[in-house]
Amino acid sequence: MDYNVNERGYYDEFGGAFVPEMMYPNIEELRENYLKILNDQSFKDEFSLLLRDYVGRPSPLYYARRLSEFYNTRIYLKREDLNHTGAHKINNTVGQILIAKRLGKRRIIAETGAGQHGVATATVCALMGLKCIVFMGKVDVERQKPNVLRMKMLGADVVPVTKGNMTLKDATNEAFRYWINNPVDTHYIVGSVVGPHPYPDLVARLQSVISEEMKWQLEEHTGRPDPDFIIACVGGGSNAAGSFYHYLDNEKVKLIAVEAAGKGIDSGESAATIALGYPGIIHGSKTILMQNDDGQITEPYSISAGLDYPGIGPLHAWLDKSKRASYENATDTETLEAAFQLTRLEGIIPALESAHALAVLGKHKFKKDDVVVVTISGRGDKDMVSYIKYMEEKNF
Amino acid sequence: MNRINKLFQTHKGRILSIYFTAGYPTVDSTAEIIRALEAAGADMVEIGMPFSDPVADGPVIQNSSQQALNNGMSAKLLFRQLENIREQVNIPLLLMGYLNPVVHFGINEFCMKCEEVGIDGVILPDLPPDIYMVEYRDFFEKHNLHNIFLITPQTSEGRIRTIDKYSDGFIYMVSSASTTGARDSFSAKDVEYFSRISKMKLNNNCLVGFGVSNKKTFSQVCDYTSGAIIGSAFVNILKEKGTGSKSIKNFIDAIRK
Repeated sequence: MDYNVNERGYYDEFGGAFVPEMMYPNIEELRENYLKILNDQSFKDEFSLLLRDYVGRPSPLYYARRLSEFYNTRIYLKREDLNHTGAHKINNTVGQILIAKRLGKRRIIAETGAGQHGVATATVCALMGLKCIVFMGKVDVERQKPNVLRMKMLGADVVPVTKGNMTLKDATNEAFRYWINNPVDTHYIVGSVVGPHPYPDLVARLQSVISEEMKWQLEEHTGRPDPDFIIACVGGGSNAAGSFYHYLDNEKVKLIAVEAAGKGIDSGESAATIALGYPGIIHGSKTILMQNDDGQITEPYSISAGLDYPGIGPLHAWLDKSKRASYENATDTETLEAAFQLTRLEGIIPALESAHALAVLGKHKFKKDDVVVVTISGRGDKDMVSYIKYMEEKNF
Repeated sequence: MNRINKLFQTHKGRILSIYFTAGYPTVDSTAEIIRALEAAGADMVEIGMPFSDPVADGPVIQNSSQQALNNGMSAKLLFRQLENIREQVNIPLLLMGYLNPVVHFGINEFCMKCEEVGIDGVILPDLPPDIYMVEYRDFFEKHNLHNIFLITPQTSEGRIRTIDKYSDGFIYMVSSASTTGARDSFSAKDVEYFSRISKMKLNNNCLVGFGVSNKKTFSQVCDYTSGAIIGSAFVNILKEKGTGSKSIKNFIDAIRK
């Protein structure tokens, strides 16, 4: 089975570039150049140096002893939470800003939900001295205040989007519109493996450093580069794509992606796209998305703003259809429990997004000798309000 | 013969096509607006199928789309409302919208329904020409439907030639790098683009859309092309003055005279 994107920009039947003609020259410019740039030695050198000295890579692979004892297996945590700015998002933005510079762009735009991608984008714009505009739903601006303030301190313009439900989907629409109106000097740093080709492939390649490191780190820890399981959370799916990337063709490694079930799959308040969606077109990509009988895209819900997206990257739609990866989900409550379990057993406060991945550990019967890698995509500082509220409810 | 081809055969220039969002301002005003537009002298009508995420549209059509969806408009309902439209009007009718609702409806079923109610063409800005040719063209042709492609000032000459080859009916010229929305006048740079395309002597007629709003902008594009499409400015009239045939007539007259 082939899990790579083909020449036309598809993962089997999913992907493509369904963009209005107004966006075509931009997408085409990126499509024509991205592989050339990624394979250029000067890009590779600059990218890996920045990943090492600025982001702080490699991110540790940590053997979680007490968590392993609890589940009676061997659990390793891939610590993307220890990256500069606190999540895996920076791997992608460092790579894309280097591409933008090589394309001669002077202005960067980005969409953000929880604000992690917005902060990661504002950070690299400050680093490179490029103008940065971040589109963010007004609801998210209000509920993610600390990240809004970080972006502003970094010099970015944060544009609150007041259309639709004023969340991530609407912020993405507005970034598309801005790009249509400013086609020449602007690069759009898409934050996940979503959007028109080549974005899903570009972002997956930039995030693939996660599984690249996993291989030699596992070899050091266990004597072999392959784990038995890799578990990652998935909204658009960039940290999962990066965690799976170098193992896609090794079918012995079982891949588990965890979606946000919100208040439950059947509650009407969920963001589990694979569980609830149908094929269609969202943000320029043919993939699975949540929609109603009339093909209108529906509003997702999750306690985690980073997974609160009604689509999923086309790579994941294909990994699900081909059964290469299994798509599971975790509710808000299961997620909160998992976050507190990790915190109390290992002294690591994970992001709510990452806690979804931890939440399925108890649903599997792992063997004692199994090697299970869980990607901790980000740290939990931004989620303290949700965590404190849960503590108060549970009288911790 | 498709009504769009007939129109371009009989009318040489100054063609005026009007866009409105189905289901706006009220859910059941679709047929009434189409009748009023024909009576007022519009040459063609583009019926907007509202979509939850209209990325190519500016604020006016975003709002009308959202309101239409809130009013309960859907593809199924729209086709029901259009069932008898061909007993009422003769001008070409097109549907304009986004790809996802069409895919969800089923492309064959969608084209079949279009033919059944008397739709002549479809405009789906997020359906790229290469994908149309491979996956959709057969369905469109089987049901005597034209797919209308867009070009913009950034579209390369080679690509315009390809699109011209793929097109039947007319080519939708997006006036400038922008989402939809009314403008008071076109700049020298915009006019230079109209003139450049005119000199290419394409096989298909071109209509300019996005930004055309009044007598002045209409005249500016008619100097170089077959005519124009007006959307946001008309949706604004519906918002401000309602669906009465008199205000619709006044709007068309003000552009035409």
